[in-house]
Amino acid sequence: MTRTIAPSGNAAWRWLEQGFDRAFGASGNPLRLLGALLFLCFAVLLVSGAWLYAGYDTSVRGAHASVARLTESRWSMGALMHSLHRYATDAFVILTVLHLVRELLYGHWRHFRRFSWLSGCALLPFIGAAAIGGFWLVWDELGLFSAVASAEWLDALPLLGEPLSRNFLRAAALSDRLFSLFVFVHIGVSLLLVLVAWLHLQRVSRAVVMPTRALAFGTTLSLLALSVLAPVAQPAPANLARIPAALSFDWWVLWPHALMYASSASMTWGIVLAMGAGLCALPFLPGAPRAAAAVVDPQHCNGCRRCFEDCPYGAVSMIAHPTAGHGRELALVDAALCAGCGICAGACPSATPFRSVLQLVNGIDMPGLTVDSLRQQLREGLRASSAPRPLVLFACLHGADSTRVAANDVLVLPLICSGQLPPAFVEYALRDGAAAVLVASCHDYGCEYRLGARWTGARLNAQREPQLRAGVARSRVQWLAAERGEEARLVAALDALRERGARDGQRAMNGHGADHG
Amino acid sequence: MAEADNHARTRHTLGWRAWLGQAVLYGLFALVIGVFSHWPPYRHLPPDTAVIKLSVLHTGKPKSACHQLSAEELAALPPNMRAPVSCPRERSPVVVELDIDGAAAARIAAPPSGLSGDGASAIYTRLAVAAGERAIAVRLRDDANNADFAYHIEQRVTLAPAQVLVIDFDAEHGEITLQ
Repeated sequence: MTRTIAPSGNAAWRWLEQGFDRAFGASGNPLRLLGALLFLCFAVLLVSGAWLYAGYDTSVRGAHASVARLTESRWSMGALMHSLHRYATDAFVILTVLHLVRELLYGHWRHFRRFSWLSGCALLPFIGAAAIGGFWLVWDELGLFSAVASAEWLDALPLLGEPLSRNFLRAAALSDRLFSLFVFVHIGVSLLLVLVAWLHLQRVSRAVVMPTRALAFGTTLSLLALSVLAPVAQPAPANLARIPAALSFDWWVLWPHALMYASSASMTWGIVLAMGAGLCALPFLPGAPRAAAAVVDPQHCNGCRRCFEDCPYGAVSMIAHPTAGHGRELALVDAALCAGCGICAGACPSATPFRSVLQLVNGIDMPGLTVDSLRQQLREGLRASSAPRPLVLFACLHGADSTRVAANDVLVLPLICSGQLPPAFVEYALRDGAAAVLVASCHDYGCEYRLGARWTGARLNAQREPQLRAGVARSRVQWLAAERGEEARLVAALDALRERGARDGQRAMNGHGADHG
Repeated sequence: MAEADNHARTRHTLGWRAWLGQAVLYGLFALVIGVFSHWPPYRHLPPDTAVIKLSVLHTGKPKSACHQLSAEELAALPPNMRAPVSCPRERSPVVVELDIDGAAAARIAAPPSGLSGDGASAIYTRLAVAAGERAIAVRLRDDANNADFAYHIEQRVTLAPAQVLVIDFDAEHGEITLQ
């Protein structure tokens, strides 16, 4: 099932992302930065929540009155913070679902992503409990309805001797201690959520926890504008003797209550648990085999730490070199964490094709596509090309489909990830007869292996080791971010390189003629 | 290099159409949040309907009475457990019947809680009923050895729309309450 859902869903989501790219640019696209937007929303919730809690009275009699005091004037800071807190909660829920759907459609649950997937699933009940618990604190009609519905839902589980729902039978039975429980559910669970979120990020290095400044500004501004234009109204105080016929309902957060009363508590538990079990089972279902992990050759590893720095999943650690001199280090790959992306191979200083050895052995390399085989493919491809000066396209396998740009004058060399390409290969291709080199990667925040596109750009721009040497003519090198569905950009880039090559050739001929004239 | 830096490129190539697109998408984001944060209203009850919550937390009577152990029974027990009188811990289930306007509306038998069946029996159920004057009859039995309902109440109540009527059992005074 997962094999059939993923490709069509993947294409649909990619289409949506690329549509958003037109408005936001790939590096500021909210659909590519959903995790970072969640952290932004959490920060907004933290600030607005702290403001509200400062004036909140944790008692049966005082709770509603204290919130009413804070929000009595529409234009007061308290009213703004109250609305902002509510809308940021809704945004948090929406973004969580989108984040989950994105990773689901991209098939990001298996192998090295299993821990991140499962810890992400573990976050869901915390998010639900913290969000729903926030409504209880206001202790208005909606808060009472939600508290009773939650209690009735929990009572369906055979866990407690005394039904929780009995707490809400009579006003006299309510105690201020109940509000301590409410505070724990809302604030305590939110703090636990931070802990699980920290775990969620443990297997990724350089996690993006804040969106770009423009995106952060735009998102916060839209939430603030919504809070000002449509402030959250506070319903009447909770009254245990009546159930309001109609409630102004927050469907983003409180939908389980509606589902429960439309079906039954048991069925709602069944649906929620089945969904949770299904999500948690995904990483254990049979599927595509795991990519081979990177392999370190101790004889050729000089302990430079570049692979350790560049690995997007923290799969490389440094240990004392067992045979070399004191102080030398050796890269060590944890196969369980390794994505098999080859970014480490592209970072290795020994991956230069100019080395005059029969077999190019890298300090760290990919068993499926070694730098030696890449050099061999490049050499043989250039030699066998019918074009006098072909174009070389180093293309990420996960990016734009390079088979669609097949032409006699283009030598296509697929890579596991564009980050697998040692920059020296670009210079090597140019020296070996290529007219120009095009390196095609995914977008920065669309890289299958998170950091491949970023490191490729930085290396080619001489901002990160290993760098493309300054002496290489930049006019003959192009780096292009093009994903699946953006093959036209690849074709256009190749056409532009052809034209530029022809222009340069003509100019050279003219110059040559002038010299001789 | 033509496309040297993705970030720089994004900043420099966003035209007015992109900014307009951003404004529309941010507006849409706020609209989607704002609308479904309030609308449509949730109607928990049909109009002119009240709710009866039948909730009882009560410990039934012991299922069997204490009895004197015979000499044979005592001999069969380990020496440290040879108490002359045995009082079984298990409690009777609590059975509650609710009639509304003479028709049976609920009959619930709640087993005692606890691993040994010696805890309280808990009942919680809610019924939506048409508002107006209703004849409520509630019977409660807490003794498995007695087929009769030891506690009962019959009362006419006028239920307003959206009102919650709580039926409970006051163990201290030994009576069923309607509030």
